[in-house]
Amino acid sequence: MISHPGLVLILGAALLAPLRGWPRAVVALGAPVFSLLLLLQLDEGVHWQARFLGMELAPLALDKLSRLFAIIFALMAAGGALFALNQERRMELPAALLYAGAAIGATLAGDLVTLFIFWELMAVGSTLVLWSAATPAAYRASMRYVMVHLFGGMLLFLGVAGHVLETGSTAFAAMQLNGISQGLILAAFLVNAAAWPLSAWLPDAYPEASWSGMVFLSAFTTKTAVYVLLRGFPGTELLVYAGLAMVFYGIVYALLENDMRRILAYSIVNQVGFMITGIGLGTEMALNGAAAHAFTHILYKALLLMSAGSVLYVTGRRKCTDLGGLYRSMPFTMACGIIGALAISSFPLTSGFVSKSMISQAAADQHLFAVWMLLAAASAGVFLHAGIKFPWFVFFQKDSGLRPAEPPWNMRLAMALLSALCIGLGIFYQPLYQLLPYPAHYQPYTSWHVVAQLQLLLFSGLAFFVMLGWLKRTLTVTLDTDWLYRVFFARLATLGASLAVRVIARVEAAAAAATGRLEATVRAFLGAQGVFARTWTAGSMAVGMMLMLLALLVSYYFF
Amino acid sequence: MIWKLFIAVLALTVAAQLLVEPHPHFVVERLLAWNALYGFLACAVLIVVAKALGLLLKRRDDYYDD
Repeated sequence: MISHPGLVLILGAALLAPLRGWPRAVVALGAPVFSLLLLLQLDEGVHWQARFLGMELAPLALDKLSRLFAIIFALMAAGGALFALNQERRMELPAALLYAGAAIGATLAGDLVTLFIFWELMAVGSTLVLWSAATPAAYRASMRYVMVHLFGGMLLFLGVAGHVLETGSTAFAAMQLNGISQGLILAAFLVNAAAWPLSAWLPDAYPEASWSGMVFLSAFTTKTAVYVLLRGFPGTELLVYAGLAMVFYGIVYALLENDMRRILAYSIVNQVGFMITGIGLGTEMALNGAAAHAFTHILYKALLLMSAGSVLYVTGRRKCTDLGGLYRSMPFTMACGIIGALAISSFPLTSGFVSKSMISQAAADQHLFAVWMLLAAASAGVFLHAGIKFPWFVFFQKDSGLRPAEPPWNMRLAMALLSALCIGLGIFYQPLYQLLPYPAHYQPYTSWHVVAQLQLLLFSGLAFFVMLGWLKRTLTVTLDTDWLYRVFFARLATLGASLAVRVIARVEAAAAAATGRLEATVRAFLGAQGVFARTWTAGSMAVGMMLMLLALLVSYYFF
Repeated sequence: MIWKLFIAVLALTVAAQLLVEPHPHFVVERLLAWNALYGFLACAVLIVVAKALGLLLKRRDDYYDD
């Protein structure tokens, strides 16, 4: 138990729940750091093995790919815990550690059964994080969220059961998409990756979390999905199209969005789209790029969400139309937000530049001109929707009159550390490249590449300011695929119910009329006034008897 | 003032293309300011597409409130 980096965090979550004051801070920070240290000293290979119901389980298995993801999850749990130390909702931190521990457990699972168990545990942990926001909107969103994830879990269960029956092996290794079971597993992975059209749960639920909750939520679920796709379905062509669809869906919806945290939520879908495109391309360069991009993305997205979370914490506002001009009183938060924004836009000298470039390079190496062009357009679009839009509308734009102070020290420290990582990894990228699953010989900093990237990004910036009038924020939401289950199916159900009520009423009326007629007939014969209950006179009785005897006589005569 | 500075930086990035040793992946990249034009146009198209989609799909932000 003590040597499993995921279970350490889950144990930490249990310990943390009753604590207050400084012991709480020690456990909240100590558990992820201990988990990280364990990960760094564990050798590659299968450490735990068990047999359960005749199945071979490997609950603790490690290779370069799983180590990379487990390390970033543990790192993020520590950074998030530091940011959330002053969170007054006491359920959130234990829930977040449970969630992070489950994500690490899923990453270190060598078999599909263990993966399924941690997969479901992740759904539980993340739902608890959402609940700790304790608002009615968060509760309703969490119910929709958990429905989607239980549905995904069901797909995974069916897929895994079928796969184990077909192959006789529980091992989690690369699969071919050649049967229903594998299709179900892929679909389950794509639900958690927020692939379109199963994407709307993310921008629906995450922004309803508390100011610190969304930092945790952004890191684990979608990136665990990227990890399992990397391991299970590398080089599956379908993923190229799914990824590109996500990239542009994310950009367009983020451009329309008014809520700063929903902008960042759509931008998660956009970024995961880059990774999934890389997984679909499937070369060593592309897979390295997807893995590296997941690593850097977790850090800069968390930084962006910490910056947004700080703004929410001190102002209580999320809408761009209510914000603006905060650079005056929150310069530190603004600077950290801009570093995150530059990193997500892959500016040279930031972490996004050294990771995303590998995916584009892989497309170019395979001479996939269309994919390469679309990725370049998408990179420009990232700067547009997240790189400029988020800092511009929150910190500049107009003067909203708000003069909030900077957030407390622990939140500032968490942002400073992540900012340092975002820039540090952009300059000293070799440690990251050494963690990648395949040998990385990529050289991101050629002067040609740097100039090309600067042209692309800066002219996107020009487009933003030239067309600013078209980007003016409005008090609106944009209908997404969740409209189907929030409104359309609900209306369909209401319509169906009213139709059913009317049909039932008709049937009831008809039945009542029929029983009424039947009753009248029965009464006519058997009722108190009926034919058989009438009192007859003695004379007519005698006549009747005579007629019956006569009939008997006649029948004797004939038969 | 900021605009002038910004435009100067933009011009500089285009000019820099002439100074560095080229190794493009595809032939289009050899064109001067290719990435600049492509980035600008891609963003313009994305904004127009978003605007058009917005006409169809935007609702008041209390749309989902009960």
